[in-house]
Amino acid sequence: MGHILVDSISKEYPNRRKQARWGNGSGSPSSGILPVLSNINLEVGDGEMVCILGPSGCGKSTLLRIIAGFETPTTGSVLIDGQLVVRPSSDNIFVFQSNGLLPWMTVWENVELGVRKLPDLRSRERKVAEQIEIVELEGFEHHYPYQLSGGMQRRAELARALAINPNVMIMDEPFSGLDFLTHMKMREEVVNMHIFTGKTTLVVTHDIDDALIMGDRIVVLGVCPAQVRLNLRLDFPRPRDFQKLPELNKLRQQIFLMQGVTYAV
Amino acid sequence: MPSDYRRIRYLTRRGFNGKPLVWAGISFAGMLITWDLLARFSGWSAQVFPGPIPVFVSMGELIADGTLLRHTVASLFRITVGFYLAVLLGLPLGIFLGRHKTFNDLFNPIVQFLKPISPIAWIPLAMLWFGIGDKPAIFLIFLSSFFPLVVSTAISVSSINPVFFQVAANFNFSRLEIISKIIIPAITPATITAFRISLAIAWLVVVAAEMIAVPSGLGYLILDSRNALRMDYVMAGMIVIGVIGLLLDFIMRRLGQLESTCWYHFEHRQ
Ligand SMILES: Nc1ncnc2c1ncn2[C@@H]1O[C@H](COP(=O)(O)OP(=O)(O)OP(=O)(O)O)[C@@H](O)[C@H]1O
Ligand SMILES: [Mg+2]
Repeated sequence: MGHILVDSISKEYPNRRKQARWGNGSGSPSSGILPVLSNINLEVGDGEMVCILGPSGCGKSTLLRIIAGFETPTTGSVLIDGQLVVRPSSDNIFVFQSNGLLPWMTVWENVELGVRKLPDLRSRERKVAEQIEIVELEGFEHHYPYQLSGGMQRRAELARALAINPNVMIMDEPFSGLDFLTHMKMREEVVNMHIFTGKTTLVVTHDIDDALIMGDRIVVLGVCPAQVRLNLRLDFPRPRDFQKLPELNKLRQQIFLMQGVTYAV
Repeated sequence: MPSDYRRIRYLTRRGFNGKPLVWAGISFAGMLITWDLLARFSGWSAQVFPGPIPVFVSMGELIADGTLLRHTVASLFRITVGFYLAVLLGLPLGIFLGRHKTFNDLFNPIVQFLKPISPIAWIPLAMLWFGIGDKPAIFLIFLSSFFPLVVSTAISVSSINPVFFQVAANFNFSRLEIISKIIIPAITPATITAFRISLAIAWLVVVAAEMIAVPSGLGYLILDSRNALRMDYVMAGMIVIGVIGLLLDFIMRRLGQLESTCWYHFEHRQ
């Protein structure tokens, strides 16, 4: 459960500014359209953790939103376990780039959203407590999101996503806005969680090291309109260390070069 | 435990340590003394400008014979019914308009046009349609609260962070859950503020309405006392109106400090 097939997806947005400036008729016929994704093909195996890299504004979030069913592609289709994705579903949970916890609910209530359909109160409580324990938020169950630090909020959101036991987890820049150490810890946590649950996970990041350390597969998108520039399986053992894995280090240099950085430290 | 702690911390942050009450006491005492001095030395007769002592004595008379209570209850009854009606109809309409932009664009011009028309201007029509009695007064209070409530609810619904609706879709929320778990809690803080403002307006309107359309209530008491040239009763009525207005505002303020709205105060503190 959790096989994803992205089949030649393209996405175009109407480009309002251009239309206003040039008016209708003048300029090229496509002047009112902003192509964001062009012909993306991607296959994600069951239980794979795929890290998607790409320059800012290239369409990474757009791709994730399409896979999650929040948006429809202009052409092409997404199949998850052979099912066409047409709308959001609790089978594939999206962890938002900005904070997606409901601010008027405590950590406990937020996590409970995922299991609220379970008829049995006791098993519901056990599930919630279990997830909160996994992300080490015991003692903060009855705190509101505003009473938590940024890293704790991300962990709470992770717990909420895990509680619903989805087939696919989709994360849009889960580490943005965290300080360096929290970032490292959260990264470790996501990797551990992935090894522990074996769920198919898509992670968008702009940090090349994140992608190389975490991913079973790494996908690099090009500038807007995005195309897949690199799609590579990473069969390195975890935990990964650039010092001990010269091959991984070489790949790192290559990707930096691809992104236009010549001397990566 | 943590919630108690939070409430205490919240109140102390707002400086709730009794000091404002002391200042309020001082300013009211100052006002009474000024009033008394003015009444004594202005040279106006007690019929035209009674001082505080005769006014409070007269107020005692009105309380003793039950007149004041009767009129107060009449006014409170009208404001309660009118306000509840406005909330019951205005909130759902506001939520609906906030969720459906086309309807909002269609409706908003009408609401914006009707909003600035003072409810007082409706008095002739209200009396023609509903006669004399509670009904026209309730109708006027309803009007005064309804439009502001619709507008403010629609605005706060349409400004809910769209991420929350995506979360709702992702977790397969039903329509009812979207309303009860997202929309209502999200708009509660702003709605309590809107209640506070429209209740204050409604209280202004009820007095005006009672001066014309109904033979009871605090507005009627004032008008009736003027006709009898009893300025002490007029002033007693005014004082009661002021005190009740303060109480209503105090209650709404307390509502705004409920725990369910703490997150909002925190997010908007910066
Ligand atoms: N709803 C929308 N309407 C019009 N254009 C949009 C919309 N959403 C995104 N875009 C455009 O699509 C492009 C890609 O946006 P997207 O958010 O997918 O980028 P991203 O790769 O996630 O960037 P970042 O790394 O900065 O988050 C941008 O140029 C953006 O302006
Ligand atoms: Mg993005």
